[in-house]
Amino acid sequence: MDVPQANVPQSGNSESRERATIGKSVVIKGEVSGSEDLYIDGKVEGSIDLRNHSVTVGPSGNVKAGITAKSIMIQGKVDGSLTASDRLDLRKSAVVTGDVTTQRIAIEEGAFLKGKVDIQKEMGKGAAS
Amino acid sequence: MKFFRSSSNQDAPQAAAHKLTRRSSGIGEMVRILNSQEGLCVLDVGATSANNIQFLTSQGHKNYSEDLLRASLDPALRTQDATGNTVIDSKKFLDENLVYPNGRFDIVLCWNLPDYMEESLVKPTIDRMWSQMKPGGLLLAFFHTRDAGPDSTCYRYHITGTDMLEMQEIKFAPPGRPASEKQSPRLQRVFNNRHIENLFRDFASIKFFLARDNIREVLVVR
Repeated sequence: MDVPQANVPQSGNSESRERATIGKSVVIKGEVSGSEDLYIDGKVEGSIDLRNHSVTVGPSGNVKAGITAKSIMIQGKVDGSLTASDRLDLRKSAVVTGDVTTQRIAIEEGAFLKGKVDIQKEMGKGAAS
Repeated sequence: MKFFRSSSNQDAPQAAAHKLTRRSSGIGEMVRILNSQEGLCVLDVGATSANNIQFLTSQGHKNYSEDLLRASLDPALRTQDATGNTVIDSKKFLDENLVYPNGRFDIVLCWNLPDYMEESLVKPTIDRMWSQMKPGGLLLAFFHTRDAGPDSTCYRYHITGTDMLEMQEIKFAPPGRPASEKQSPRLQRVFNNRHIENLFRDFASIKFFLARDNIREVLVVR
């Protein structure tokens, strides 16, 4: 992954997946891609593409980029389109401005979403929750 | 038109976060249309609701979500007029919100937005919606009657797929304040029938449904 490793990637027991973390003080401008899960609590401008992995934007995360991933969880602020081939979770602190394409979506009370929502059932099984 | 702006919020009821239900003739008509057609373009300007997104997209409709009440509370919209009074910049609001091509939407779910939105934004917002609706498109809005008090709870509405709506109290933290200080938005005014007809004067027709809970539902055809 061509992302500065602000924090050491988590490598717990054999069941846990590798995850890169962009910490609160990190600012990235450009294209982020890779083959592991990504946690963003810093600032990213550009694009994020992790098609087979998950992206989590933490409470302090501020992303001005389109995000493409298998699953996406938003707790912070995102200004850009979200494409999740499996699932999109918007937690109560999420502020999302951009179009959303996903197979399943969960939105907590209090989350803010401004944009077009496209649920693509053919992306896989399941339904929105 | 009756305004409530000077009222205190200290006695506002502490409504529970759980969902209440109410029967809605307006949403009943909307649901019948949504169930009988496919590929409609629907704009929901209420507080973000996973239920609504799920219902609309599962029916094959295109869903656009935009929480206009929350957007209207953006402190950046506050500016000062020539006399130094704080006013809302409606041009900036419409530059940043409701930015869609003309004639895009078949249905607009306006919910209770006009009753809770800043006065100066209401007419420009409805006018913008008119432009962005297709001829023959439908808009659903709820208006409190004069019997409703200033502390009437502001709700987020969830479509259930029938003529029943689920309602959940909305609370926002004032700008710059912590989430622990969340308050329910205050009813700004009460429209009478003439005001409502004037608000939608550019639309082709308007139908009123009077409910028992001090709410008039209005179904407007573009």
